[in-house]
Amino acid sequence: MSKKEKKSPIVLFVSEEKEPLFSKKNRKLMSDPLGDDNPITVQVLGICSALAITVQLKPALVMSLAVLAVLACSNVIVSLLRNLIPSRIRIIVQLVIVASLVILVDQVLKAYAYDVSKQLSVFVGLIITNCILMGRLEAFALGNGPWKSFLDGIGNAAGYGLILIMVAFFRELLGSGKLFGYEVLGHKGVTLAESTGLYAMGYENNGFMLFPPMALVTVGIIIWVQRSKNRKLIEKE
Amino acid sequence: MKFLRNKIDQLKKPFGKGEKWEKLAPAINALDTFLYVPNHTTKKGAHIRDAVDLKRTMITVVIALIPALIFGIYNTGYQYLHQLNGGDVAFMDAFMHGLWKVLPIIVVSYGVGLAIEFIFAIYRGHEVNEGFLVTGLLVPMIMPVDIPLWMVGLSVAFAVLIGKEAFGGTGMNILNPALVARAFAFFAYPTYMSGNKVWVSEASKVDAISGETILGSLAAGHDVHFSMFDMFSGAIPGSIGETSTLLILVGAAILILTGVGSWRIMFGAVIGGAVMGLLFNLWGANALMSFPWYEHLIVGGFAFGVVFMATDPVSAAQTTKGKWIYGILVGFFCIMIRVFNPAYPEGVMLGILLMNVFAPTIDHYVIEANIKRRKKRLAASKQLKTA
Repeated sequence: MSKKEKKSPIVLFVSEEKEPLFSKKNRKLMSDPLGDDNPITVQVLGICSALAITVQLKPALVMSLAVLAVLACSNVIVSLLRNLIPSRIRIIVQLVIVASLVILVDQVLKAYAYDVSKQLSVFVGLIITNCILMGRLEAFALGNGPWKSFLDGIGNAAGYGLILIMVAFFRELLGSGKLFGYEVLGHKGVTLAESTGLYAMGYENNGFMLFPPMALVTVGIIIWVQRSKNRKLIEKE
Repeated sequence: MKFLRNKIDQLKKPFGKGEKWEKLAPAINALDTFLYVPNHTTKKGAHIRDAVDLKRTMITVVIALIPALIFGIYNTGYQYLHQLNGGDVAFMDAFMHGLWKVLPIIVVSYGVGLAIEFIFAIYRGHEVNEGFLVTGLLVPMIMPVDIPLWMVGLSVAFAVLIGKEAFGGTGMNILNPALVARAFAFFAYPTYMSGNKVWVSEASKVDAISGETILGSLAAGHDVHFSMFDMFSGAIPGSIGETSTLLILVGAAILILTGVGSWRIMFGAVIGGAVMGLLFNLWGANALMSFPWYEHLIVGGFAFGVVFMATDPVSAAQTTKGKWIYGILVGFFCIMIRVFNPAYPEGVMLGILLMNVFAPTIDHYVIEANIKRRKKRLAASKQLKTA
């Protein structure tokens, strides 16, 4: 017993020093959130924005990138400051960091992608309140080094973006028959004769897909499929 | 009978334990129990068994639905031929036209729904549940005549998958599956589910035909030219099976006499609807509000929804007092949504779905109140003893 207790801090220190940049552990930090530890489908965080901005693919993609930038940067900054932040005011410090980054992202979007920025409206600002951000800062960045925190941020934001894009794909395809604004199912004219593609055969867009409830149902179906494939995710009673 | 039994046993042989098609056993068992009462014995829990099992209950509801369905088929043809040619319409002409329109919808509804049920039963390794027997017939009866068949199929698939199987199958669903199917179609394809062109067959193609429902024309501010007898007997445009209050009452009588449907919910809903209609009559700000309360009860889907949808034993309230509260609130909301939201001239679907969601809450508070009451009684009797 005593031997182990004495040795363990040294072993930990050494392993951290010598660990390669993309060790198996570090790669897991990035790959887990894509699958078994997905922030949306497994941790069920960040649902609100997943419902709001998944009507079309383009805003969903931009939103994912915005979250990616904010989460990766804030994770690194908080991780660097983690020994300096007094724990009693850590939440407010984290908020300040996230808020500044979100303002940056918002300004960049307004400058270079004004249309999308208008579509996303308040939801860029609401990244501050996205549960994934606070969750990762609290649970990971405060207790790990900057490199690991960076990878964790990238991984979780990618996991979030993956689900966002999957949902947006189905919602845009079935709801308005488009992908990234292109009419992939054919053109819908005023009458049947003016339509092309699937619409000429009497196909109709599913208006329900444009409503938020169907985003919830789509996320639900993804969770259902994921859990029936990976039974260990199912909670025991 | 013996002959049939032997035939089925012979048919069932390759599906038995350890045989070639063991996995597909639920499919053949479903056929067997459809014809014969199953002979398994209870293994745990209460050992009291009634001869009336789920399948018998469901068949009773189907029988109760038949009068309204037959009239609905006739009315489909009647509305079309009457508006096209005017005057009287021979029963068989109307019935055949209606059958030509309605039968495919019924076939699609049953086909899609049962296919999904069978797949899930085999995949999950349980018997096929009978709940869909009723749902499969309810869905066509609450759809407009001219709805494309693939929309019916998609709605049914959505209702069975998301409305029922996702929650764990028959008996676990929160919402009534038939209404989920209708709500899906309603929100997904509003142009096919509302407006004044869909409620009479081929109204969208023939200009001479107006497919406006009574509630639709009221919401649009038009006059209603149907007599009260038409509304009550059902010779009005509307969803396939919902129009005839008279024959729905026949179905209601069957349900109440056999004890399958809850009379408390039905009466509660009628009381709730009447009170709400009366209140709006007193207010009388627009055509829908000043529409007489007793006519509110016999037009649209009110009677059908209250008798066949609200009483669904799975999604309704379970406690005796809860059934009254649930019923009255269903009636309340049906009329309220009807009157307050002209975009949804038919509020029955949304009213019942809303109360489906609240049914467990109602039950919870009824039970809590009961526990509290009995605790008080216990405390009082203890005090009496010590005194």
